[in-house]
Amino acid sequence: MTTLFQQLINGLSLGSIYALLALGYTMVYGIIKLINFAHGDIYMLGAFWGYYTINYWHFNFIFALLSAMVVCAASGVIIEYFAYRPLRHAPRITALITAIGVSYFLENGMSYLYGADTRDFPQVIKQVNYNLWGVRVSNIQILILVTACLLMILLQLIIKKTKMGRAMRAVSVDPDAAELVGININQTISFTFALGSSMAGAAGVLIGLYYNSIDPLMGMTPGIKAFVAAVVGGIGSVPGASLGGFLIGLLETAVQSIGLSAYKDAAVYLVLIIILLVLPSGIFGKNVKEKV
Amino acid sequence: MAMLEVKDLAVNYGVINAVKGVSFHINEGEIVSLIGANGAGKTTILKTISGLLKPVSGTITYEDNPIQKYKAPKIVAAGISQVPEGRHIFAGMSVRENLQMGAFLQNNRAEITNSFETVYARFPVLKERINQDAATLSGGEQQMLAMGRALMSKPKLLLLDEPSMGLAPIFINEIFEIVKAIKEQDTTVLLIEQNAKKALSIADRGYVLASGKVKMTGTGQELLANQDVQKAYLGG
Repeated sequence: MTTLFQQLINGLSLGSIYALLALGYTMVYGIIKLINFAHGDIYMLGAFWGYYTINYWHFNFIFALLSAMVVCAASGVIIEYFAYRPLRHAPRITALITAIGVSYFLENGMSYLYGADTRDFPQVIKQVNYNLWGVRVSNIQILILVTACLLMILLQLIIKKTKMGRAMRAVSVDPDAAELVGININQTISFTFALGSSMAGAAGVLIGLYYNSIDPLMGMTPGIKAFVAAVVGGIGSVPGASLGGFLIGLLETAVQSIGLSAYKDAAVYLVLIIILLVLPSGIFGKNVKEKV
Repeated sequence: MAMLEVKDLAVNYGVINAVKGVSFHINEGEIVSLIGANGAGKTTILKTISGLLKPVSGTITYEDNPIQKYKAPKIVAAGISQVPEGRHIFAGMSVRENLQMGAFLQNNRAEITNSFETVYARFPVLKERINQDAATLSGGEQQMLAMGRALMSKPKLLLLDEPSMGLAPIFINEIFEIVKAIKEQDTTVLLIEQNAKKALSIADRGYVLASGKVKMTGTGQELLANQDVQKAYLGG
């Protein structure tokens, strides 16, 4: 029983990171039908931003987190502007390949500039372990869970209650109709990239704190796993992405806890295959028919 | 001076030149109807006025300003609002949210509240369903929602693209009654219809389009009485 709770805590901490990342995938897909494969690298940028600002500018955690979100939001907007916007009316595959190109560019650009070595993330908050009825919980885990949940609630409020949020939903349902009521499509897409990328930036700082190590390729695997999470939840669905993230985190921890650590990634991809076979639109996904 | 003047408009739709030099005008307070068969270029003209398509040549003058280069949001801001063919309501959003989107460019809360009241008065059925997902409405109700959404921006000129398409006969009559009522409240209307008989019967003037050109023009009654029009569009 204790082990179960222990794994639950570990899984939820990891899952909240995936959830934050998956939100960006799902929002961007919802609005321009693009799987933004560079999204995981935004998370890497966030982690590096955290690393430098904490080490050299002596930022505290909150400030590092918030500034990483702002910087990543800006990066997302810039990437969309230069890489994806010119391809707005190109076939989807063109944009998809471009996204892979952007991903490689960011990974190798960072390796070139800062070296490919793994670095220790500064422990801006000292880790303290609590023992609750035999379950070991660290303050970092609580911090991750709380921060991630707050950000997800904030995001949900932005999408549901604000004018820009309504514009995002309108553009993702029907871009032409959205334009006809006066919505600026480009601005709305930029806003979506900013929101999604800021979540990824926050996830990057949180994972740095959790795993203590960062490197320029750190975004690859979590990026793909978060993509799986978004698909599991139903790509395009915001609550789906959060749920999918937690599920993937829990699954990964469960596989590890039964001694199959070497297969934890394989298990996630297996889930992707199964979901695509039996429930291609995901848990919350709508079965949308392509319009002719 | 006409409220909207379209002159020698030519528009390509993909690789097809769908509109080949069309001229017409709308005076303030009129209902003007464009009729014609499928593929005559009606929808293309409407989309060009509302800024979704750009013309190859020709001008669109609205209240003395050339607007053919404006983007869609600027056209809405200028007071032209389109109800697209096939309604295009925002599925997954409530009726209230759909209407709210219609007032997207309006920042004055009092104005928005006022628009809501006007729209609810015009379409009482929408008020009964404010919290319902727009996708669950019937076809006729969705058409009313699309029209209500367009009216939320308080347009001076309303563009209606096939408002009766796919509706039950009882709703078709209701929609045309509503169009007349909208005109009586000082909103000018450009109406595109395949149901030419209905459209011409409420129109002040009409234009008959074929293959991207204006073939004939006259008052609604003149066109209704015209032999050629009867043969081609009114089923004899």
